[in-house]
Amino acid sequence: MVTTKASLMSQTQPTTMMDESIPTTQTTEVVHTPVATPSASDKAARLNAPTIIDINNVDFYYGQSKALHGINFPIKEKLVTAFIGPSGCGKSTLLRCLNRMNDLVDGTRIGAGSIKISGVDIYDPSVDVIELRKRVGMVFQKSNPFPKSIYENIVYGLRLQGINNKGRLDETVERSLRGAALWEEVRDRLHTSALGLSGGQQQRLCIARAIAVEPEIILMDEPCSALDPIATVKVEELIHQLKQDYTIVIVTHNMQQAGRCSDITAFFYMGRLIEIDATEKIFTNPTQKQTEDYISGRFG
Amino acid sequence: MTTTPSNAPYSNGPASEQIANIRETLLLMASLANRNLSLAMRALVERDEKLAASVEAEDSQLDELEISVDELVINHMATHAPVATDCRFMLVASKISSNLERIADQAVSIARRSLELNKEPLLKPLIDIPRMAQIAEGMLRDSVTALIERKPELAQEIIKRDKEVDAINKQLARELTSFMLEDPTTITRALNLTIVARCLERIADHCKNIAEEVYYLYQAIDIRHDRTPTS
Repeated sequence: MVTTKASLMSQTQPTTMMDESIPTTQTTEVVHTPVATPSASDKAARLNAPTIIDINNVDFYYGQSKALHGINFPIKEKLVTAFIGPSGCGKSTLLRCLNRMNDLVDGTRIGAGSIKISGVDIYDPSVDVIELRKRVGMVFQKSNPFPKSIYENIVYGLRLQGINNKGRLDETVERSLRGAALWEEVRDRLHTSALGLSGGQQQRLCIARAIAVEPEIILMDEPCSALDPIATVKVEELIHQLKQDYTIVIVTHNMQQAGRCSDITAFFYMGRLIEIDATEKIFTNPTQKQTEDYISGRFG
Repeated sequence: MTTTPSNAPYSNGPASEQIANIRETLLLMASLANRNLSLAMRALVERDEKLAASVEAEDSQLDELEISVDELVINHMATHAPVATDCRFMLVASKISSNLERIADQAVSIARRSLELNKEPLLKPLIDIPRMAQIAEGMLRDSVTALIERKPELAQEIIKRDKEVDAINKQLARELTSFMLEDPTTITRALNLTIVARCLERIADHCKNIAEEVYYLYQAIDIRHDRTPTS
């Protein structure tokens, strides 16, 4: 057979070409080689991403009451990490520890452990808290624009730093509003009151204000809980874009939101970290029964 | 903290009702499929035309139930966005219902063949076919038990029994072929028996599919197509 085929083919093609055209055993093997699914390798890459915030055995107290018990896990750079758990589980407390917002509450203290951002202990006495909060921005549950114009809201942080150069401020306003997907909607009314914006726009303005000072990390405490579904989608799309440049930590009560927009999900219960894993693992097959009961609404 | 077992009914509320409703519909389908298979086999063995007719008559009920399971599933997914075990249950419920409906279809085929076979005397005593049916019925019963009692290990065990049914089917097909070669007057009967055996082999396949779905539901590991639980 082979000789017949070779003699037939040699009339039209050089023999070297013909050799290549015959399927070799090697190509057959390639077909049977199991291929790692993209999602699986992507998940591994995420879990092995560089650490930006290292939370190390943190105990936290409100007066005598211990709100966090030995919290110990890393937050990965340029990923979205969602904190979920029932009310009072300590997720917002932990979030506020990350930029020392709890310093503003009397009687609070970190009883043990440390939180390091890029290797620096943020509770070290030498740390400048204002500088820290510039690096670790925050967006709150209820949008809280200042009763000023849209423009002044964005440049507020820069003015505090003594920056008054109009070109620099204009550039920051446009960059931040574009970054928060709000530019097209407000470019014609930058000098009108921010309070005239819709709820969803106000929340995106707060995100724009947070990114105006070019932080590394953005903390979001239930950023969509007061928004309608359309505004929620816009903020979620924004989160997706922002993670190219920033590390985002989001606290949410909306399970589907955590599922949709985070890469890694941490589940807290009664001041303890119960489980942390790639988001799809948490929502399809969590290891801990408490996690499953919570995400599927079976608590209580 | 008080918690309920995963995928156990919620303490109350519409989510609980919907999931319970899907479970109950599946159980109803399983018992009807089981009953139809038994009736079809009795129709064959006892050469009873009335029983054969009843299998055909009851099949439409399973068709309706298959559709209603899918309606319940899509309704629950759209309104409750289930996750984890609940989410797997939605996928699995739809597949199990479709397999149960097909088991009932195969029972109808067996009943129809039995009507044909009744027109002539028995070709040979029925030994292998009732044996296949017995294994298949056991697989069906156990796959439902594995679902209700949350026993993935039982589901895994059922899968192995499918090979037994396959082996009997092959052996019987060879035997019936030799009948046909020796005496062409046996061809109609031998072919009808071959088809009945094939139906039972298919039913065992569907039971295997159900068992694989049950394993996936409780272990979150897909073992279809001979994938081992570790892969």
